[in-house]
Amino acid sequence: MILSPHIKTSKSIQQPSNSTQPNKANMADLNESIEESQENNNLPKVFLHGPPEFSFILQPNPSHNFHILNPSSLPPLHQFLSLNPHHASSIAAIVCTGGYTVNADVLQLLPALRLVCTPSAGTDHIDLSECRRRGIQVAGAGNLFSEDVADMAVALLIDVSRKISAADRFLRRQVQNVSWNFPLGSKLTGKKIGIVGMGRIGSEVAKRLEAFSCMISYNSRNKKPLVSYPYYSTVLELATDTNVLILCCDLNDQTRHIVNKEVMLALGKGGIIVNVGRGALIDEKELLKCLIEDEIGGAGLDVFENEPHVPKDFFSLDNVVLSPHAAVVTSESLMGIRQIVEQNLTAFFSNKAPITPVI
Amino acid sequence: MGSIGVLLVSHQVIPYLEQELNKRYNLFRLWDFPQKSQLLTQHGASIRAVVGDAFAGADSDLIEALPKLEIVSSFSVGVDKIDLGKCKEKGIRVTNTPDVLTDEVADLAIGLMLTLLRRICECDRYVRGGNWKHGDYKLTTKFSGKTVGIIGLGRIGAAIAKRAEGFNCPISYYSRTQKQESKYKYYPSVVELASNCDILVVACPLTEETHHIINREVINALGPKGFLINIGRGKHVDEPELVFALLEGRLGGAGLDVFENEPHVPEELFGLENVVLLPHVGSATVETRTAMADLVLGNLEAHFLGKPLLTPLV
Repeated sequence: MILSPHIKTSKSIQQPSNSTQPNKANMADLNESIEESQENNNLPKVFLHGPPEFSFILQPNPSHNFHILNPSSLPPLHQFLSLNPHHASSIAAIVCTGGYTVNADVLQLLPALRLVCTPSAGTDHIDLSECRRRGIQVAGAGNLFSEDVADMAVALLIDVSRKISAADRFLRRQVQNVSWNFPLGSKLTGKKIGIVGMGRIGSEVAKRLEAFSCMISYNSRNKKPLVSYPYYSTVLELATDTNVLILCCDLNDQTRHIVNKEVMLALGKGGIIVNVGRGALIDEKELLKCLIEDEIGGAGLDVFENEPHVPKDFFSLDNVVLSPHAAVVTSESLMGIRQIVEQNLTAFFSNKAPITPVI
Repeated sequence: MGSIGVLLVSHQVIPYLEQELNKRYNLFRLWDFPQKSQLLTQHGASIRAVVGDAFAGADSDLIEALPKLEIVSSFSVGVDKIDLGKCKEKGIRVTNTPDVLTDEVADLAIGLMLTLLRRICECDRYVRGGNWKHGDYKLTTKFSGKTVGIIGLGRIGAAIAKRAEGFNCPISYYSRTQKQESKYKYYPSVVELASNCDILVVACPLTEETHHIINREVINALGPKGFLINIGRGKHVDEPELVFALLEGRLGGAGLDVFENEPHVPEELFGLENVVLLPHVGSATVETRTAMADLVLGNLEAHFLGKPLLTPLV
């Protein structure tokens, strides 16, 4: 899950008021909300398919050319439709997020659906081929998150190499005025970096690390003709020839556990793995073993196989840096994604193409 | 060469350096003597070289007490702990370790910026504490595109600028004189630089002029949305002022690798989430510390063989 409601935002989205006891004082309000709902009846319907308070993803003053059916995003989709069957054939668009699947079963329930809007970098929660088959458009986050995710990848890499979080922890626990005796880190400048997935995020990571005089090579499904870095057709070969692996690719059937024991041993002692993709790209149990047994040097992880569950054995390791899927949780990205969701919905309902199409 | 007396004044140099010095010279370790005066009385007259680092060097008193002193070789690039004037006066050579640690310190400066703005240490604490039950950690600040202001555009400052440019950060700087060849924006004062950047980095040498170069005025100019990064020397910053500003919310945050009175760290900082605190690790990698040690050894060897010094300052 990325960007969920428990983040502390400066403004909360206004919820519509519910007056359950009509009396003289409330009649004016009631008349107004009847008028409002008549107007809303004519607008295309959008369903929020996400956690409670998912409406934080919308601009505080949303556009008026669509109507959000479920501003509180409760109850969840299946329950909502069984309570309000008449809505099933009117929902034209859904806004969904990681952890809230849009697969054939869901699409079956929404015959009028024409747009899936997902405010996330990943699309593994959406059955893209099923959407394509049904002529449903999918809009994503475009390039919005690429810089923040790339920054997170480099932040984790520097932290692991130079033991920044471990050193900060050390210093805060130190007895005052005792000489500092803290283990040495390892040099980052000039290291050989292997990027798995050379899409928008991978390219931004490469650009940043080039400024550290690092040597970049990559693996992806296909060689990219416009990319000048050396290409390796397998992650195993990439790991053999590099000191650092940075995972920036999609999670799908081909990439699940793409970093396995063999790859980790090939990367070798002193090697570092950074994961800003999806937890399941790495065999997590095997990673833990390799870290504990010093088969690899360290790992910087923003994602895990079963978030928010993180195996406790990670917590006592000084050669890992752990982050709670926070790669896009910046004020700037939140402002940006609200704009993109709004722009996609507004454009789509003005019969224009989505701003940031995935398919 | 085994009879040349060398005094090692800091126990924080890497074991490799200490071992090599011991092999090559008659090594005296300052901390082996309960009283410095004892060491000086017994062995002062045989000491021809002092090896120090960022934590301990050679002040006027020590120099005066070593009549045969010919060279001070520092296991650091900063030489604020060495009385350079006194050395010049007495014809004592001074060497440091430039260039070999430039990349390392620059990498750390960027690391401090990223971990500070993106709250990486806090994120790590949050997960390790078993607190990640649902939802996300709080909103942090994007790093890419932020304006980086550098005090001192020497080797380290320039290396920091180059790396920050990879993140599309506009660069501006202050130095004693404007660098005509530089493409970065120059400000003639630190206050103006602080007023016009998001992240202010101290990357200049510590001298009388730069002592407390980060004072209350500069901190206020940087402001509640501004961040301070210090990879120079603790005394570049008026530390009590910095602490007040952080506690009062007048400064957005600070990433500090150095402190005024190491190994002392102001306790008030320990409770803050918007600081990253490091135990002076700017050059602290195996690769770089080894290269620094080789430079110290190389300089001493050159000196005692009458050859040109590798990296002389005086």
